[in-house]
Amino acid sequence: MSQPVSEFIPQAGQLFAAQSDWLQPVRERGLAQWRVSKLPNRKTENWKYTSLRMLERGDYLAEAAVNDVSADLSSQFEITEIDGPRVVFVDGVFSLEHSRLDLPKGVCLTTFSQADKAQREQILEHLGQTVAYESSPFAYLNDSWLTDGVFLCVAANQRVENLIHVVYLTRSQERNFSVNQRLLAVLESGAEASLIEHFCSTDSQQNSFTNSVTEIVVKANARLTHYRLHLEQEQALHIGGIHAQLQRDSQLNSFQIATGGVLKRLDIDVSLLGEGAHCELSGVYLPRGKQLVDFHTSMRHMVPNCTSNEIYRGIVADQSRAVFNGLIYIHPHAQKSSAQLSNKNLLTSDQAEVDTKPELQIYANDVQCAHGATVSQIDEQLLYYLCSRGIERKEAEVLLSFGFINELLNRLTDQTVQEYLRPILAKMFAKDPELARHLV
Amino acid sequence: MLSINDLHATINGKEILKGLTLEVKPGEVHAIMGPNGAGKSTLGHVLAGREGYDVVSGTVEMLGKNLLELETEERAHLGLFLSFQYPIEIPGVSNMEFLKASVDSIRQGRGEEAMDSVSFMKKAREVSKAVNLDPNFLKRGVNEGFSGGEKKRNELLQMILLEPKLAILDETDSGLDIDALQVIADGVNQMRSAERSFVMITHYQRLLDYVEPDFVHVLADGRIVKSGDKSLALELEARGYHWLKSGPGADGQAD
Repeated sequence: MSQPVSEFIPQAGQLFAAQSDWLQPVRERGLAQWRVSKLPNRKTENWKYTSLRMLERGDYLAEAAVNDVSADLSSQFEITEIDGPRVVFVDGVFSLEHSRLDLPKGVCLTTFSQADKAQREQILEHLGQTVAYESSPFAYLNDSWLTDGVFLCVAANQRVENLIHVVYLTRSQERNFSVNQRLLAVLESGAEASLIEHFCSTDSQQNSFTNSVTEIVVKANARLTHYRLHLEQEQALHIGGIHAQLQRDSQLNSFQIATGGVLKRLDIDVSLLGEGAHCELSGVYLPRGKQLVDFHTSMRHMVPNCTSNEIYRGIVADQSRAVFNGLIYIHPHAQKSSAQLSNKNLLTSDQAEVDTKPELQIYANDVQCAHGATVSQIDEQLLYYLCSRGIERKEAEVLLSFGFINELLNRLTDQTVQEYLRPILAKMFAKDPELARHLV
Repeated sequence: MLSINDLHATINGKEILKGLTLEVKPGEVHAIMGPNGAGKSTLGHVLAGREGYDVVSGTVEMLGKNLLELETEERAHLGLFLSFQYPIEIPGVSNMEFLKASVDSIRQGRGEEAMDSVSFMKKAREVSKAVNLDPNFLKRGVNEGFSGGEKKRNELLQMILLEPKLAILDETDSGLDIDALQVIADGVNQMRSAERSFVMITHYQRLLDYVEPDFVHVLADGRIVKSGDKSLALELEARGYHWLKSGPGADGQAD
C-alpha cells in the first residue's frame, strides 16, 4: 500500500522565505527538520480522528496579502475591564495601533522584531527549548516560518497585577493565507503574572490557516495564570501547541476554551521539571454543526513530588466531533507524583461524536494517579427537577448545558475572563435569546 | 383541588399504584403515611409527571383540569409543587438563576408579568433568611454541597417563592433535626390558607405534631387502606402498619 506523496511538506517549507536576520538559525533548523518530517495522516495514532485534508491541498500556503490594519477592529477583542498591556496581531502582523505597551516595572513585553540585543539573546536562549517537537511536527514548520513573535519576560520576584492580553486576530482576505504565531513567556524565579492568548476573527467567513506555538517557562517559585481563547469564526483553520516547563515549586494554571471549526487542533504539553511544581489544566470545547475540536494534553512528571490536575469538558452538538486525548506520563524517578485527569462530555445529538482517551504511562511505583472519562447526554433527572419548577424543557436544557461549562468558568481566577465568556456561551447554547435570559 | 380516582401506575412495567383514590379540597392538609415501598413517593412523581412513571388507568384532576395530559412544567404553572425527597444538585447553575427562572416561568405560565430582577433578588434574600438559609447559598450552585437539611430548606424556599396551590411534600421531614423541622413546619404553617392545599408524605408522626393535618391516610401496597383524622397517626405510631395490611382490602406483602 503506497500513499500518494504529499506535496505539502516541500511546498510549505518555501513559505515566508524571509530576510536574513538574527532568527535565521532558528528558521534553518526548523526547515531542515520539517523537510524530513512526515505529515500526520489517519494512521498516525495522535491524528487518528483529525484529518488534515483541508490543509494538504496546499491552497492556504500564501502570505496574507493585505496588511492595512488601520480599521478599528477593537470590538472583536476588547474585554471589558482589561486595560493592561496588550499586544495585537492582525493577520499575523503586529499592529502597533491596537497595542498598548505601557509596561509595569520589571516586565518586558515586546515583539521579536522589536527586541533589543539583550532581549534577542534571551529569546534565542529559550526558543524551542520547551517544545515537544517529536509529537508536534507543525512546531518545526512554525520555526521555519518564524519572522516575528511575542516575548514576555517577568523579572525575578515581580508581580504583574494587570492581565496581559495578547490578541491574534484574522480577517477574511481575497486569497487563502497562512499565519504563523509564536509566543515565548519566561517567568523568572518568584515572578507572578496572568496572560490571555486570544485567538479571534472578524465575523465574516475566514480563509486562514494559523500555526501557533506558545512556549512557557515558569522558573522556581514563579506562578503563571494562562488563558487561551479560541473563538474564531468556524472556517478558520488552526493547529496550535502550548508547551510549558515548570521548575521547582512553580505553578501554572492554564485554561483553554475552543469553539469548533473546520480544523481546530490544540496540543498542550507540560513538563514538570522541578520538585514541588504544580500544574492545573482545564478546558472546554464546544463544537457544533459539522465542526471539529481536537485537544491533546500531555502531562509529564519528570521528577518526584509534583502534582497535576486536569479537568476538561465538552459539549458536542449536531453532527460535530470532539477528540480528547489526555496523556499522563510518570518518569521512573518521579516518585510521590500525584496526577488527576477528568474528561466529561455531553452529547446533545444522536449524530454527535466524541473520541476520548485518557492514557497513563506510569514508570514509578509510589504515585497517585486517577483518570476518568465519561460521555453522556443531558441527565433526565436534572431536566425533570427543573421542569417540575415550571421551567420549559428547552430552557432547562440550555440551563444545564450552560451549568456544565459554567462549573469550570467559576473556578477561573479572573472574574473579568469569566464575565467575558459567559455571554458568549449563553449565546451559543440558546438559539433563541429568550432561552438564555436567566444566564447572564 | 385534587381528585385522584382509581389510579393505577407502573414503573418499568411494575405496578406500584394499584387503584389509589384521594380527594383533596382547597385549604386541606392531608398526610399520607405508610410502610417503605408502599408507593408514597411514586404518587408524588406520578402527579408531577416524571418520565418512566406510567399511568395505566384512572384519572387525576387538578382544579378541573386533566393533570395527566399536561407536561411537568405545565403542572407547575397550574400550581402543583413537589418538594423532592432527594433534592438534586445542579452545579454550575446558581440557585438565584434557577429560582428566577422558575418564578418567571410560572408567572409567564399564569399570564402574569415577570418580576424585575432587583425586587426578586430582594424577596429571595428575605425568604432565604426566613427559612434560616444563609443568603450566600443563593449564589452557589443549586443544592451544590448543601447538607441534607439545607437542601430541604432550599425546597421550602422554592415553595414559598413559587406560591403553589397544591404542595406535595415528599418526606420533607426525613433527616432533619428538631430545629430544622421547626423551621420547615413554620414555613408550611405560614403558607396554609383557604385556597392552598398540602399533601404531606411522611414516615413519622413527628412532623404532624408541628403541622396538624385535617386527614391522615395510610398508603399500603399501592392504595389507600385506611383514612382518618390525626388520631390515626398516633395509632400508627403505637401499633405500626402491620395490623392494617392484614385487614380487608389489603393484599400486599409487608416489607
